[in-house]
Amino acid sequence: MAKAMYPTPMLDQLESGPWPSFVTGLKRLAQDKDYVVDLLGQLEHSYRTRKGYWKGGTVGVFGYGGGVIPRFTEAKDERNQPLFPAAAEFHTLRVMPPAGMHYDTAVLRKMADIWEQHGSGLIAFHGQSGDIMFQGATTENVQPAFDAINELGFDLGGAGPAVRTSMSCVGAARCEQSCYDEGSAHRAVVNSFLDDIHRPSLPYKFKFKFSGCPNDCMNSIQRADMAVIGTWRDNIRTDEALARRWFAKHGMNELVNDVVARCPTKAIQLKEVRELRAGGTVSAVAVSDSHGLAIENSDCVRCMHCINVMTGALAPGADKGATILVGGKRTLKIGDLMGTVVVPFMKLASDEDRARLVELGQQIIDFFAENALEHERTGEMIERIGLVNFLDALGIEVDPNMVAAPRTNPYVRMDGWDEEVAKIAARKAAAA
Amino acid sequence: MSQPQMRRAIESGVPDNKPFLHPLLAKNYGHWKYHDRPRPGVLHHVAHSGDEVWTVRAGTQRQMDVHTIRRLCDIADTYAEGHVRFTIRSNIEFMVSAAAKVAPLISALEDGGFPVGGTGNSVAMIAHTQGWLHCDIPGTDASGAVKALMDELIDEFRSEQMPNRVHLSTSCCEINCGGQADIAIIVQHTKPPKINHDLVANVCERPAVVARCPVAAIRPALVNGKPSLEVDEKKCICCGACYPPCPPMQINDPEHSKLAIWVGGKNSNARAKPTFMKMVAAGLPNHPPRWPEVAAVVKTILHAYKQDARPWERMSDWIDRIGWPRFFERTDLPFTRYLIDDWRGARANLNASTHIRF
Repeated sequence: MAKAMYPTPMLDQLESGPWPSFVTGLKRLAQDKDYVVDLLGQLEHSYRTRKGYWKGGTVGVFGYGGGVIPRFTEAKDERNQPLFPAAAEFHTLRVMPPAGMHYDTAVLRKMADIWEQHGSGLIAFHGQSGDIMFQGATTENVQPAFDAINELGFDLGGAGPAVRTSMSCVGAARCEQSCYDEGSAHRAVVNSFLDDIHRPSLPYKFKFKFSGCPNDCMNSIQRADMAVIGTWRDNIRTDEALARRWFAKHGMNELVNDVVARCPTKAIQLKEVRELRAGGTVSAVAVSDSHGLAIENSDCVRCMHCINVMTGALAPGADKGATILVGGKRTLKIGDLMGTVVVPFMKLASDEDRARLVELGQQIIDFFAENALEHERTGEMIERIGLVNFLDALGIEVDPNMVAAPRTNPYVRMDGWDEEVAKIAARKAAAA
Repeated sequence: MSQPQMRRAIESGVPDNKPFLHPLLAKNYGHWKYHDRPRPGVLHHVAHSGDEVWTVRAGTQRQMDVHTIRRLCDIADTYAEGHVRFTIRSNIEFMVSAAAKVAPLISALEDGGFPVGGTGNSVAMIAHTQGWLHCDIPGTDASGAVKALMDELIDEFRSEQMPNRVHLSTSCCEINCGGQADIAIIVQHTKPPKINHDLVANVCERPAVVARCPVAAIRPALVNGKPSLEVDEKKCICCGACYPPCPPMQINDPEHSKLAIWVGGKNSNARAKPTFMKMVAAGLPNHPPRWPEVAAVVKTILHAYKQDARPWERMSDWIDRIGWPRFFERTDLPFTRYLIDDWRGARANLNASTHIRF
């Protein structure tokens, strides 16, 4: 039985309403822990004064330089004593989840037991970087909590100027759109950079994210320094039974307005069945005895829309792999940056393919470590030095898939133009 | 005196997910054929082998106490098959091998206070951050704002009546950890930092703070004989970038840290290329515990989108079709001079055409 609760009139208002309440959860923990009584006290204080009261510091576990987010209270009285002393230290352990965030109840119960014993009892599934966040431990308890979590088979994630915890989608485990084994790629890459996760020494953070198809459920294009997004090179696959079933349920208006008309490159045409021919770069499927769809795959940009609407009737091709994009991040400080294409397609079917992905990641991180300014993300570095210099460093040839359009201004030195043309001509000749 | 032996960490990295997968997910790994949704909150996946798996998705409060976690485990053990996963938006998913198990599982979840939904064209759970509960630089709270908003949007979470999926996010500072979303709620500071000059020299690495400022508004200065920093307040854009490396430069203010609403961000490549969101409202008060002014604007935008967008139009697709003037008309939001971009690359956001809808 813990000490008496502080009055929390504002937080109490977050206990009503139908959505699950974290306040109710905290109050339940506070029945047994002074720690959480004081946490609620400080949170109510924040709600009342509309200010935050945590500051960082230095807390870690033996052998690692990162992965713990230290928090010390700044809510203090005139004698500089904490207003809520039991919760004066409230550190978080960032822990890397299994790829795809799959668990069984046995491991979740063990995590709950560990955190009830060593921490506040509050766990977030998951933070925005993908970590399981074990929120709230005293400095003294951080090491034993980590030891128990580590013995359970889990490891700390990244914090600070380090390779960060990664995320991959449910992917091959339960999604028909999956274009590579996301979990295996995720583990192969991230587990090759554990030293850069546990001992922060990069110019700034570096994030990998893994999405199995261009729907990009992991938001990798806007948040990852290196985004691995599944795609395919051959024709969209079709299934006539499922296509007919879809059409029987949805009809011609939806087929035309929601599928054909929404194709961003007008690669889909409605055809009468007698004109319908699959073959070459064309996928074709009948949706009824009279009509069908024909898709010109060389015009298709693999956006996923038609596949999302007619899942199963239409499906990604069989020659699958991933597109690699580099440099995504939010505003600070030069403005928002999407990741942009660095490798239009790479196979990710075998251990050798994944080793090449790891090698690319290593090259990019090495170059980033050498060349980025302090607190500069990969995308900002590329913006500063130009994509071509970055590609030169990686030994990657330019490709028109890397641009939305060629340059629109003449302000460039072009001394090497003839050599570049000759190089491309020689490559074409060799390939012929 | 011998030192106590410190335990060495096992640098095991990302754990293998195979031991945690539902047996049908493990068996059919990489061999799924299609899925459909028998009802909101339920996914039905069919494998090439003919195996079927039903997934029931429920909302959580994300910051969960161990008792809540155990209750979810009890439900998973009693009504599902002991395997769960979490989505990127902190929903929990239970996988079962028979259609007959779906209804009892839904009842158990709803009875336990976990709303079932968030699939297909619904309003999904809000991606959010830490806020006052744990962050060192927050302008507002996260869990509380999300709880308040989801209380209001729960019917849209439980149903699939939106034109396309709607992703929301909240962020407690302009770093925007919540990420791009169809509708995002982000703190927007409106006054320069207040500097505690007694502390700067001891706490801040001054050149690093000077370098952090995106508009070069910070310079070293001697204040009251102490080395400190000063801000050219005319240049300052109140972004708060100096505050994390230098906490004595307090950017948060109960009155002047406001909330802004952004729309039209999307990560998916479906139809148009991925888009960044755009600011459409600002100056909303930071009003705990339920932020009613923010909720009102979000609901107005959602309502206009639901009424007016065609099937499969995401927020950004809808606005592309109707145009920004009509967006501001339909939502009755004021288009002020501050919404015209003047940052790097701003000309790309101007209308370089005569494309005007009358």
